[in-house]
Amino acid sequence: MSAPAAEPLVQVEDLHTYYGKSHILHGVSLHVGRGEVVGLLGRNGVGKSTTLKTIMGLVPPAQGSIRYEGRSIAGTPPHVLARHGIAYVPEDRRIFRLLTVMENLRTGLDRRGVTEARRRELLEQVFASFPVLAERRNQAGGTLSGGEQQMLAIARAMMLEPRIILLDEPTEGLMPRMVAQIREIVDTLQRQGVAILLVEQNVPLTLAASRRIYIMEKGVVRHHCAAAELSVHDPIIQQYLGV
Amino acid sequence: MTPLPQPHRKTPGNVAIGPAAAFWIGFGVILALLVVAPLVLPPFWRRFLTEILIWGLLAMSSDLLIGYTGMVSFGHSAFFGLGMYGAAAALLTSDPPNLWLAILYGLAGAAGAALFVAYFSTRLRDIYFAITTLIFSQIFYVIIFTWTAMTGGENGLIFTRPRFTIPFLVDMRFTPAVMHWFVVALVAGSYLLLRRITRSPFGMVLQSIRENEARTRAIGYPVERYKIVAVMLSGLFAGLAGVLYAVQNEFAAPDFVFFITSGDAVIFNVMGGIGTLAGPIVGAGVFQLLRELLSRVFGDQFPYLIPLGMVFIVMVIFVPQGLLGFARRWLNR
Amino acid sequence: MDLILGFVQSAPVELIIVQTINGIVTGMILALVASGLTLIFGIMDVVNFAHGELFMLGAYCGVVVFALTGNFWLALLTAAFLVALFGAALQIVTLRPLVGRDPLTTILATFGTSLILQNYALWQFGPVSRKIGEPITSQFTLFYLQYPWYRIAVALLSAAIIGAFYLFLKHSKFGIWIRATTQDRLMAQAMGIPVPWVLTGVFAFGAALAAASGVLFAPLGGVYHTMGLDWVLKAFIVVVVGGMGSLGGSIVAAIFISLLEAYASIWVSPAQAVIVSFVALILTLLFRPTGLFATPK
Repeated sequence: MSAPAAEPLVQVEDLHTYYGKSHILHGVSLHVGRGEVVGLLGRNGVGKSTTLKTIMGLVPPAQGSIRYEGRSIAGTPPHVLARHGIAYVPEDRRIFRLLTVMENLRTGLDRRGVTEARRRELLEQVFASFPVLAERRNQAGGTLSGGEQQMLAIARAMMLEPRIILLDEPTEGLMPRMVAQIREIVDTLQRQGVAILLVEQNVPLTLAASRRIYIMEKGVVRHHCAAAELSVHDPIIQQYLGV
Repeated sequence: MTPLPQPHRKTPGNVAIGPAAAFWIGFGVILALLVVAPLVLPPFWRRFLTEILIWGLLAMSSDLLIGYTGMVSFGHSAFFGLGMYGAAAALLTSDPPNLWLAILYGLAGAAGAALFVAYFSTRLRDIYFAITTLIFSQIFYVIIFTWTAMTGGENGLIFTRPRFTIPFLVDMRFTPAVMHWFVVALVAGSYLLLRRITRSPFGMVLQSIRENEARTRAIGYPVERYKIVAVMLSGLFAGLAGVLYAVQNEFAAPDFVFFITSGDAVIFNVMGGIGTLAGPIVGAGVFQLLRELLSRVFGDQFPYLIPLGMVFIVMVIFVPQGLLGFARRWLNR
Repeated sequence: MDLILGFVQSAPVELIIVQTINGIVTGMILALVASGLTLIFGIMDVVNFAHGELFMLGAYCGVVVFALTGNFWLALLTAAFLVALFGAALQIVTLRPLVGRDPLTTILATFGTSLILQNYALWQFGPVSRKIGEPITSQFTLFYLQYPWYRIAVALLSAAIIGAFYLFLKHSKFGIWIRATTQDRLMAQAMGIPVPWVLTGVFAFGAALAAASGVLFAPLGGVYHTMGLDWVLKAFIVVVVGGMGSLGGSIVAAIFISLLEAYASIWVSPAQAVIVSFVALILTLLFRPTGLFATPK
């Protein structure tokens, strides 16, 4: 594994975000390098999802900076970010239920600058990774099972040919077999050079898949280290994630 | 908006006075000015002022719904119109024409319309409510327009102004000045009454409905019933405005039942400031003044609604709290 | 039952058939107007009070272009195009700033726009109604009448426009964008769909539909500055009865109400026949307040 590039792909500094009057993020700072898988752990409600949403421009930051490839993106509308290589896969998937699988994929595929050949390539790749989607390509998204919807959500994001995917709790509510599949996909994406900011509750998976870990509590990052330095039974894990 | 606790105002002598005192002093001053007006103003402006007050009353009635309950209604033209025609009915059938009967019939007509509209519309939320009130006001328009035998159809009804009588106390002709004072009395009284209502527990519930209807319902309030009462009250005051208009101008015409009148009320509300009661009256005044000004400067044919419409849209986008809200914020600095 | 039979028998069959055709023709125009309205409401959550004025503007545009070129179909296309552009500009200036605010503010903004447009038309074109000649003047014999082919053409054209639009929505890229935006605006943005422009496009589309209806209607009724009011009111009724946000519902409701009105005007004056649509509205509100074909939103 080559060392990550000197300039991080995504750099977040002192991010403050509010939902109405609630102060959710109290100064979050983190970075993700090119092709790096970075895990973001923490209990429910500490602001992990909010961090992803703020980076994606779905929620405006009150304070702080967000840099992508060195340029500030705070305030940039989400659809511009999506076209420049940041993909977002929300928790609860949020696929377009009334659109077919194919139409869902097309929302990411129908972009300027994608040749017909490239389109076919991308589709082939994704159908190879997710054969079940190929089977169901003309079915409405809402008819898919939970695990299949998660596949579709990730596949759809891949259609954007992103440089980084913001992945929010992909294994939530999935059966162990599906969880393993998600792990494989994360590895595959990483091998392809796609960076991933992985928010998860599943600690073993996150530690195994990520290079570095951030742990959040109450709207700030409390701990940051290499994934290799932590094990599941580490007291730090217990402290910030224990019941 | 929920009446915020206002900071103590300072008079020029730098004596702090409480908000309640400030209100009554301000009210008294304005009332005094209105009362003196017919004695100093030329006839045109005197009549102008009287009409502003009547439109102000209409706008105020709709503010109860828009500003305090959060229900945008385009139905007020129906209430206004029925007040007008009710008064007309009384003045044409009673001999001698009786002022109080006119008020009674007018209010009854408006209340009937309000009940009808309330029953159907209040079960709908927001946008659907606005549209159905619009359609209902048009229903009344069509009925009035086509039932020529009863309502004079397109031409409306003409009648004479009654005498101003209070049994055993007063019996005089309704001169323009007396008319003006009568209108001032009723509008001021309505304002105070509406103010009392919006500050009462009932009014608080209405505002809570505006803030968060689901939560108000979850707490246990019968929201539909409150809404119906709000519509009826609003309708009554709008009907009163209609009666006053009829008595002032001695005619009733279907044009006023057309939904544009409701639109005017909404415009006055937005311009003056939703949820302030006094704001709509200010809005009515400013609107009529601007219109008068524009037609004097640019001539009668000038489509004054084009610039006024633009001002209106600009205000919706940038000054949603209206002139009064804006002034308040500026004064509180 | 006997009363109804007696009622029905009092009208000759030919008259009923003629009125059926008339009802369908008017219904198709109304469907076109209402679909624009439903589109804008269903996708943008905006109640477009200015829709009738866009209809009226389209008609006037058609009058002007027709006067210049003498070609009705060119007038139709140009009017639709120009009003679409105007609609886009309108949306950008008056509605984009209001995204995310209370939806009632959009009612106010579009209401203000309708006032401006009406008065502008009055100022520019005067109170006298304008006329456009029908592009198809031939007629066919229907019982005792000479029935104009143009009316049939209008109905067919309206149906074609609506049909084309439905196909567009289902299969094209923009159709997917529109449907995705309607279902989940945030995720549509996250997928790179330029949602603000989709909304502008939808509004422009709705405006184009209104304008086209205006031009199609112009030879049948004359063009005057308040013509939008009658239509928009009926269109609102249609949209509420059909179910707000349901395209199919609006179309069915439009034809249904127009048929009822056409039949009613056999016995009463047209001004009174509109009461039929009011009754339909009241009944719908009583028994099925979400509309006959409401889509779950």
